[in-house]
Amino acid sequence: MEIIVDQDKCTAGGLCVMAAPEVFDQRDEDGIVVLLDANPPAGHHEAVREAVMICPAAAIRLKEDR
Amino acid sequence: MNGVLVIGASVGGLTVVEALRRKGYGGHIRLVGDEPHLPYDRPPLSKEILTGRWPIERALLRDREQLDDLDVELDLGRRAEQLDLEARTVCLDDGRHLRYDSLVIATGLAPRPLPFQPAVAGIHTLRTVDDALALRRELPTARRVVGIGAGVLGCEIAAAARSLGRQVTLIDPLSVPMARQIGGELGARIAAMHQRRGVHLRMGAGVCGFNSVNGRIGAVELADGEVVPTDLAVIAVGSVPATDWLTSSGLTLSDGIACDAYCRAAPDVYAVGDVARWRHPVTGVSTRLENRTNATEQAITVAANILRADRPYTPTPYFWTDQYDTKIQVHGVIAPDSRIRLIEGDAAAGRFVALAESGDTVTAAIGWNHPRGVRTARRRLVMDP
Repeated sequence: MEIIVDQDKCTAGGLCVMAAPEVFDQRDEDGIVVLLDANPPAGHHEAVREAVMICPAAAIRLKEDR
Repeated sequence: MNGVLVIGASVGGLTVVEALRRKGYGGHIRLVGDEPHLPYDRPPLSKEILTGRWPIERALLRDREQLDDLDVELDLGRRAEQLDLEARTVCLDDGRHLRYDSLVIATGLAPRPLPFQPAVAGIHTLRTVDDALALRRELPTARRVVGIGAGVLGCEIAAAARSLGRQVTLIDPLSVPMARQIGGELGARIAAMHQRRGVHLRMGAGVCGFNSVNGRIGAVELADGEVVPTDLAVIAVGSVPATDWLTSSGLTLSDGIACDAYCRAAPDVYAVGDVARWRHPVTGVSTRLENRTNATEQAITVAANILRADRPYTPTPYFWTDQYDTKIQVHGVIAPDSRIRLIEGDAAAGRFVALAESGDTVTAAIGWNHPRGVRTARRRLVMDP
């Protein structure tokens, strides 16, 4: 799994951090998403997929092997 | 197998499709939307799209490739006209009768018009991307703009128009902007912010008519007799659930589609997003939420329930608004009688976190240019599981 975030689209809701705190964080000053791990281990994949769906700015994209 | 039929191709409808596929649903899914565009996001319409900072493609929720991967049959530019619960069919405006095993209704809202609104040029509402583009086309040449309704949408439009250098007057019958969403105390801060930016506020004022000249708006008349000349008027006085097509369906309609705690309106019929009303199992209150995160969270719950998860829907409401360089985020609900208590930051500097409290209960966490702080403060809400 590869994660791509769009910081210009991000609206700083922090919902991704609530869903997958090991993978996403927020900048202190403006709350914009910070990607902690662009290729997280399998144990985090379900939480990351949840974060993609609940992101209110559609700012997270996944590339998954099929 | 007729599969899942989703009526409404905005974020709620699309997320149901995505969540079903993620959970391994392999049946047929059809997504019907009345607009011709690929599914797009609405929050940017009153911000980046209106100011022209983004091209409209940037508001698309998913690109073609991502939609193809969902293996969903897209029927765009088609309106649902009738639902027959007995026959399990939805009739479209092209005469087709679509059968379903499960139906999801995500038809959203329609802007509420003013009863005395004349059909002349220069009067706008904002709900769709076409609405936003029509308004964006006129903004550069309009010297004066009047915003009617100072809710979240009206305030964002006023901020966008002001950012583009227009002369802006914002009118609302309540005493402060965003009073319904944020209460009197914080609403006063919103008022001050707009006034600092040069917006003329007419709070506590009712609009009672429009003057037009040669088929175009020329002024807005207020109930106290004042006449506000303008080149453009944007009406943002709320919306109504888009349920006209369901009038004879047998579903219970009462300011939205009445659902149970599982977002079910009838056996195998679900409602999602702005159009859905359900009894919140934690608060016990009959609730309909008009915000972006509700659409996705409810969609995820409905997808699970289509697959027989029997999961009640218990969200903590969340909305945000961006006006000028200020970001306001609210988790929970601010009651009209809430006390607002600052817990972090500096109100005078315009960066703080506050709690809304009713009695001993924290009902909302509010962030004012403080996204990290408000996310952490959300844990203080009783309704957050």
